[in-house]
Amino acid sequence: MSSLAAVPPRGPVSGRQGRPWDVARVRADFPILGRRVRGQPLVYLDSAATAQKPRAVIDAISAYYATGNANVHRGVHALSQEATTAYERVRVLAARFLNAESDSEVIFTAGTTAGLNLVAQSYGGSVLRAGDEILVSEMEHHSNIIPWHLVAERTGAVVRAIPITESGGLDLAAFERQLGPRTRIVAVTHASNVMGAINPINAIAAMAHEAGAAVVVDGAQSVPHLRVDLQAIDCDFFACSGHKLYGPTGIGLLYGKRRLLEAMPPWQGGGGMIREVFIDRSTYAPPPERFEAGTPPIAEVVGLGAALDYVLAWDWEALVAYEQGLVAEAARRIGRIPGVRIMGEGADRVSVLSFMLEGIHPHDAGTVLDTLGIAVRAGHHCAQPLMRRFGVNATLRASFGAYNTLEEVEALVAGLEQARKVLLG
Amino acid sequence: MSELDELYQSVILDHNRAPRNFRRLDDATNHAEGRNPLCGDHFDVWLKLDGNVISDAAFLGQGCAISKASASMMTQAVKGKTIEEARALFERFHEVVTGSGGPAALPSKLEVFRGVSAFPIRVKCATLSWHAMKTALESHSNED
Repeated sequence: MSSLAAVPPRGPVSGRQGRPWDVARVRADFPILGRRVRGQPLVYLDSAATAQKPRAVIDAISAYYATGNANVHRGVHALSQEATTAYERVRVLAARFLNAESDSEVIFTAGTTAGLNLVAQSYGGSVLRAGDEILVSEMEHHSNIIPWHLVAERTGAVVRAIPITESGGLDLAAFERQLGPRTRIVAVTHASNVMGAINPINAIAAMAHEAGAAVVVDGAQSVPHLRVDLQAIDCDFFACSGHKLYGPTGIGLLYGKRRLLEAMPPWQGGGGMIREVFIDRSTYAPPPERFEAGTPPIAEVVGLGAALDYVLAWDWEALVAYEQGLVAEAARRIGRIPGVRIMGEGADRVSVLSFMLEGIHPHDAGTVLDTLGIAVRAGHHCAQPLMRRFGVNATLRASFGAYNTLEEVEALVAGLEQARKVLLG
Repeated sequence: MSELDELYQSVILDHNRAPRNFRRLDDATNHAEGRNPLCGDHFDVWLKLDGNVISDAAFLGQGCAISKASASMMTQAVKGKTIEEARALFERFHEVVTGSGGPAALPSKLEVFRGVSAFPIRVKCATLSWHAMKTALESHSNED
């Protein structure tokens, strides 16, 4: 796939290279995959909502609470120093994972949503003026739309949509025409949480920069599936979540270019983000601490560190090839079911697939699949403008992670046939 | 009968395919919209009141088989009922689909929705139009 070839490998790639993806070995690392749901073996096809966790992550969180729990920074005692070391180690890992220039450009947040809100409020709030334009794509998750609405209301800026084509891609010609002297911020997703469509983010960033706009990337759905290289993308901000990357909930990463972060005001005030405090004023710590007020989610950071250790040991070329094969096969087989329409059929995609069954509401199909132990998502996937663009209310979404198998794709297809039988008679 | 067959009985599938009273009620006296922000499903419910009696009921909108069949059968069930009777029916229907309370009696046609209680996530689908009906009645009493 051309858009994948365009993503250069992350700096140091470890793992067992040159062999096909060993899915059985990976599955054995995930305890939950052994359980049954409604009397059936679990077929978990909802990793785009949240990925399952390997034993290493579960154990790391447990071990942290059992043997290492203390608050970070500020403490003079041994446990606090250990916790601080463990916490800051993850920042370095994250910078390496995303190929950021420096770990001081990595901020721990509560998740992608928190990261995007931070950028909108702090960066957007300080640069936007009345009449300025924020461009977001029609395929954005609500979390990359609403934060811009909030700051637009405050500043008088306007939010405009970059249209997408019938095949699920960004309309780059329209985007080029939309860019102008009033464009301050371009906020786009790296990969659609609904269609999986991968956006040519390097080109988008270059075009936006040419027009003098800052580029904010929602990386929630790309990070688990693609080798993300922030220095190659050259975006200004990039937000992602730990829990979609086999890590815990409640922890995410926000990358920002150092020069921009240094000029930005704090987002929230509290402990840990200050230089000096007086009763009537205060001065702030440099980034990243400036943006991490209060006791951070330390156990979650430690868990994310275990997830990063885990995925950094993977051979990502083998993973990408495997997931691409799986989603292509799923699209082929689901596409053969009568009355099926795949949303954004022509798109290069990460292993996320949305479709509609003629005459069947996605919730009804989802319920039938649930009785077979198959977990998919049904609904608007927090992307109502995209639903409107394709003239539908909701879709069924199947998403595949490093542990999913071809047998599970077959189970899904059989389940959809069953749904047709039950619901259409 | 499996839980799934219990949920998708033929009568529900029939009402989903060919919903009854699926139209705008031009001479309606009461109207409300039911919307489920989680899934985007929405129905408009219209009622025509003659004094204290619901003389006609209709609906339009989009939803899953459960919500559409439920709306269709709700409009049939409340037609000819007084406001008090319709409200009481709402309470009984709600108890049955949520599986709360005792074995509340329902008009036999609505019994097909008892299977919903095995799928808690689908309760909102079954009750969407019923809530809209109740809201429509309230809008009436407020105007009085």
